[in-house]
Amino acid sequence: MKTMQPNKVTMGSRLKYVARLSGFAVAMFGFGYLMVPLYDKFCEVTGLGGRTAGGPVAEYLPTEEDTSRLVTVHFDSNVNSSLPWYFEPIEKTMKVHPGRMYETMYRATNYSDQPVVAQAVPSVAPGQAALFFNKTECFCFTEQLLAPGETKDMPVRFFVHPDLPSDTNLVTLSYIIYKNEDATAQQVVALNP
Amino acid sequence: MTDATLAHHDSHDHHPKGLARWLFTTNHKEIGTLYLVFSLIMFFVGGAMALVIRAELFAPGLQLVHPEFFNQMTTMHALVMIFGAVMPAFVGLANWMVPLMIGAPDMALPRMNNWSFWIMPFAFTLLLSTLFMPSGGPASGWTLYPPLSLQGGNSLAFVILAIHLMGISSIMGAINIIATILNMRAPGMTLLRMPMFVWTWLITAFLLIAVMPVLAGAVTMLLTDRFFGTSFFNAAGGGDPVLYQHIFWFFGHPEVYIMILPAFGIVSEIIPTFSRKKLFGYTSMVYATASIAFLSFIVWAHHMFTVGMPLGAALFFMYATMVIAVPTGVKIFNWVSTMWRGSMTFETPMLFALGFVVLFTIGGLSGVMLAIVPADFQYHDTYFVVAHFHYVLVTGAVFAIMASVYYWLPKWTGHMYNETLGKVHFWWSAFWVNVLFFPQHYLGLAGMPRRIPDYAIQFTEFNVISSIGGFAFGIGQLLFVYIVWQCARGGQKATDGVWEGARGLEWTVPSPAPLHTFDTPPDIDHPDLVAHTGGTQ
Repeated sequence: MKTMQPNKVTMGSRLKYVARLSGFAVAMFGFGYLMVPLYDKFCEVTGLGGRTAGGPVAEYLPTEEDTSRLVTVHFDSNVNSSLPWYFEPIEKTMKVHPGRMYETMYRATNYSDQPVVAQAVPSVAPGQAALFFNKTECFCFTEQLLAPGETKDMPVRFFVHPDLPSDTNLVTLSYIIYKNEDATAQQVVALNP
Repeated sequence: MTDATLAHHDSHDHHPKGLARWLFTTNHKEIGTLYLVFSLIMFFVGGAMALVIRAELFAPGLQLVHPEFFNQMTTMHALVMIFGAVMPAFVGLANWMVPLMIGAPDMALPRMNNWSFWIMPFAFTLLLSTLFMPSGGPASGWTLYPPLSLQGGNSLAFVILAIHLMGISSIMGAINIIATILNMRAPGMTLLRMPMFVWTWLITAFLLIAVMPVLAGAVTMLLTDRFFGTSFFNAAGGGDPVLYQHIFWFFGHPEVYIMILPAFGIVSEIIPTFSRKKLFGYTSMVYATASIAFLSFIVWAHHMFTVGMPLGAALFFMYATMVIAVPTGVKIFNWVSTMWRGSMTFETPMLFALGFVVLFTIGGLSGVMLAIVPADFQYHDTYFVVAHFHYVLVTGAVFAIMASVYYWLPKWTGHMYNETLGKVHFWWSAFWVNVLFFPQHYLGLAGMPRRIPDYAIQFTEFNVISSIGGFAFGIGQLLFVYIVWQCARGGQKATDGVWEGARGLEWTVPSPAPLHTFDTPPDIDHPDLVAHTGGTQ
């Protein structure tokens, strides 16, 4: 048998592996967090998850109204269990022409004996239609405050873009409304100093 | 041992005795043993939880445990079996066998190796202690989906910290294995001459480093959402619970292959030995393993078709998932071709390896069924999924681990195990595991959801059969402990080669393998060695 060198590996070459592989592990930890903005961006671009733009779209009144086409819009509402509100669309459904501006109302009632601040989160189904459903005004853009027992009608102004794919004739706009705990606590404190 | 060409020095330093020996050891064989013993203990802890589940499901209605505790059992059973039993068993096998198979004297980073192991008992103490806390253990399923996982008690913080510790342990272990394989191979052992077990572990280690940190990130976000007011997964604060599922399964799917690739490696060692032929299609095995690892990163959303996604995405994830059947099929073809016209014998390791090939294939087929989007809408979260992943994890990963223990036990202990009892153990396990899991396919197709303590009465018969199978399979594993214990204490002396058809460097060292081996690297092209290693691959 040939004489072989003793089986020795220099510490330097081992540390090189440790450094590189640990760096890889740290980078992958960062990648986990990077997935958060990536996912947001991805949803915004594709309409995945029925996400609509977070703010109002620029006032845009298309010159071309497609009066030959009627799209049905369903309105839906859900209330998170910790929020003591009634929250319902006034109209359950509308037939709209793409390109024309419409307005509808949601009615909210605070049935508790405290002022409550809430935030509505919209979503559009099917997801592919989310990109073509434009809100120019919406109660979901800001927090809503209701005094004890107060009822308020809250407007949504929207239009469906004429580029909505022709096989989509039914769009659902849905809201979930949540209690904003911090803002509600501030209101309660302001009332009972 | 062949002759004196290979000098094996027995221990050249004095080892501490007793507990200190195991606490401070930096020896790859001792650490390997620690991992394997730890894994066996966790296998029984997780198994006891499974039996609580099967006992409750023996009859419809609520009999034995509260539903909350039942949910804790399903969650903990999974966490313990995945992170406590299967993964440490494979790391233990890597510790024992990788240096022996590549002719290295030890792992590249022995002290870090000690740390990676000794973190584990702390992690599992944290995890299991939650069962005794006022709010109980985690009860949201091992996937810890928000918002459900955020609605439980404060013990969630312990669970998350335990997962962090397990992740650190796995990552350190993986770094060690990569550094060992890439740095310490005997001269002449090129990458494409490495044994398949070493190849599969090299790829598994890269998967571990790539995805364990992603899991750490996901659970850290859960932690801050639950305790520090962030809103990563809280829709009211602008987050999205579906995002968690994407991050989790970006970890979770490669994790599935982390638990099966080393099993492929083990079977690729055992089948050639008992077929007395070289592994058929070695190079294609290597490429198939690498392809499976690559594909595992682009199929994660098949776990969540029902949350809704664009048609194009659903199609992409469906086809990408089905493509995995191709490299997996290559492997199964190669194993069968290795046996073709071989002079086969059926010792216990071979029986478990053959059981693996047949039963893992059943699990693979139900996996292809689950990949079909419209079918998955029906199967999602039913017992069909439970049947599927227990076929790939119990008759897949666990059978491969059992096979490897029988295969290498004579090398570890220097004694042969009791072959008759080994065969009894195999046939008992192979029969009852099918009684246990096969009826669950039918339960799932009939619509029984998973993770529930109660069920409609039309599901009774199959649940009764499944529970009987569960208890019989579980009790049978006590025989395994007895066989290993008996073999460790004594028995017929094992030769160095142990098995007539065994090829590889690990069979050139004495049985039992001395504490220190390959202080001088072996010349793997030396004629005496080639006779024993088949020139490795």
